[in-house]
Amino acid sequence: MRLLSRAPARLPEPPAEGDVLAEADAVVVTIGGKRLLDGVSLRVHAGEVLALVGPNGAGKSTLLSVLAGDLAPSAGTVSIHGRPAPSWSTVDLARRRAVLPQHNPVSFPFDVLAVVEMGRAPWEGTPAEDDDERAVAAALADTELTAFATRTYPTLSGGEQARTALARVLAQSASLLLLDEPTAALDLRHQEQVLALARARASEGAGVLVVLHDLGLAAAHADRIAVLAAGGLAEAGPPEDVCRAELLSGVYQHPVEVISHPRTGKPIVLPYR
Amino acid sequence: MTATVSPPVTSGGDLVPPPRRRPARVAALFTVLTVGLVMVSIASAAVGQFGIPASQVVGSVLNRIGIDVLAAPADPFAEAALWDVRFPRVVLALLVGGVLGVCGALMQGCFGNPLAEPGVVGVSSGAAVGACLSIVFGWTFLGAFTTPALAFATGLVTTLAVYVLARSKGRAGVVTMILTGVAVNAVANAAIAFLVFAGDQAAREQIVFWQLGSLAGSRWAYVATIAPLVAVCVAVSMLLARRLDLLALGDRQARHLGVDVESLRLVTIVVVAVAVSAAVSYSGIIGFVGLVVPHLIRMITGPGHRVLIPASLLGGALLLAAADLLARNAFHYADLPIGMLTALVGGPFFFWLLLRTRRREGGWT
Repeated sequence: MRLLSRAPARLPEPPAEGDVLAEADAVVVTIGGKRLLDGVSLRVHAGEVLALVGPNGAGKSTLLSVLAGDLAPSAGTVSIHGRPAPSWSTVDLARRRAVLPQHNPVSFPFDVLAVVEMGRAPWEGTPAEDDDERAVAAALADTELTAFATRTYPTLSGGEQARTALARVLAQSASLLLLDEPTAALDLRHQEQVLALARARASEGAGVLVVLHDLGLAAAHADRIAVLAAGGLAEAGPPEDVCRAELLSGVYQHPVEVISHPRTGKPIVLPYR
Repeated sequence: MTATVSPPVTSGGDLVPPPRRRPARVAALFTVLTVGLVMVSIASAAVGQFGIPASQVVGSVLNRIGIDVLAAPADPFAEAALWDVRFPRVVLALLVGGVLGVCGALMQGCFGNPLAEPGVVGVSSGAAVGACLSIVFGWTFLGAFTTPALAFATGLVTTLAVYVLARSKGRAGVVTMILTGVAVNAVANAAIAFLVFAGDQAAREQIVFWQLGSLAGSRWAYVATIAPLVAVCVAVSMLLARRLDLLALGDRQARHLGVDVESLRLVTIVVVAVAVSAAVSYSGIIGFVGLVVPHLIRMITGPGHRVLIPASLLGGALLLAAADLLARNAFHYADLPIGMLTALVGGPFFFWLLLRTRRREGGWT
């Protein structure tokens, strides 16, 4: 039984820039008679930060689950690293994609270091194991948690817990990162930091899909923005193309205005007040 | 002027290794447990209605393995009492206690909640039903192993029932788990009550004492049948340890890290059912060891299963050997039921645990 033996060392090749790391093709998800996704097609490429935005209940987390291989679509296909998602074994998938869910409870009082080290589990018994210590130290440093390494998870604040979960995902060193609202519990500084980390991973060749609510954050940091509305893809493209007042006003069912940042020229999206 | 702050670090910079945990604490724990085990075992073999000096106990053991340092008891009756009555009982106490400790840790890790215990979720009473069946109907189709075998079968079925019933959306909530345990225990107790009603005088007496839990009448044959199961259970648990750690993150997160969650749960539950059913089939129901021991260990060395599992093995063995020493010697000419003793300590501990968790985390859902 594989559970009791070490997994064979079939290690992923680093992707080339522009490779399609995850692809949803005409994906339909129906749960309990409700159509959560209705024919969505989206690709995540190596080297890009793709922001996924949209109103509550638009299907962002569902799409992320589908791209992660957690949820099999009712219709349509999903491939990860060029192969159909169901054809990957659990551990092979874990070496290729890391997922940060919205909520990350930990049942026992593990310390921060132990939680981050769990991110290295997919590499147990492979040559990549030699990189464990560096990857964990880097993930802690990147999330400014080095000083918290011996604190236990339940004693951390909400934001610190969120950063610990992110550090675990970073330590996993997968080339496809799927982050579901990584900035939700964070202050301004750490929000910027998370997106800078996403950018750094992308420039090292990873593909990053990040679900965001703050359109300004998405416009400032993402290469492309995908807008989901009521289970369908309303628009996908560079921030300048997507951040149009009439599109976003329709999607969010609230009037918005888009202005240009005086220094960077990036679009800023504000609700009309 | 615009204030500037340093940009966030990215993985290229100089890395400060994170502070390490103290391995000294783990070493100290294992030393204390091992020394405690040896002391309690010797004391347990020495003390009794027929006192044998501790030096002679040690001497007798050393003589058998060919080391002539200390004198064995000169009296052949004392030698026989040691080897035919006390040693099997001490060893059985160690094995049963160790199994209960390890299985408590496994169940808690497997369900990702600290209240899971073979007894709490009704595995022990499930095994009791099988044992009672064989006692009442006098079944002997598997010879002397009929009772353990039936206890094992019903124990396994009960465990799987609890597993299936308590899960929803991939997690077994604490309240659901305890209520499932209540329900399963109720049904099992009803079955036991019926069997008591249906049985004759001798069977009733046997069932009552089986349920109280006792290590009286331990024999080497019992030790020989459960020792291999204990060894397998501990070995498999150690192989599963790192994956059990990952289950603390939740099923979905564990799967993202490459854990085949369903197989892991199934293997864990089968290991627990095999080991616990085998243990309680000889000793009767001994509650709370599996609950108390892993908790105490976690408070000392943290929740990592690679330390927790072997430490719970030693801790469970130590606790039950000490409880048995007390059970045999608290009253003259009376052998107290050991299950009663562990419940007497375990019940209040369980309650304290509930209060403590409620204070810290605002209760369970």
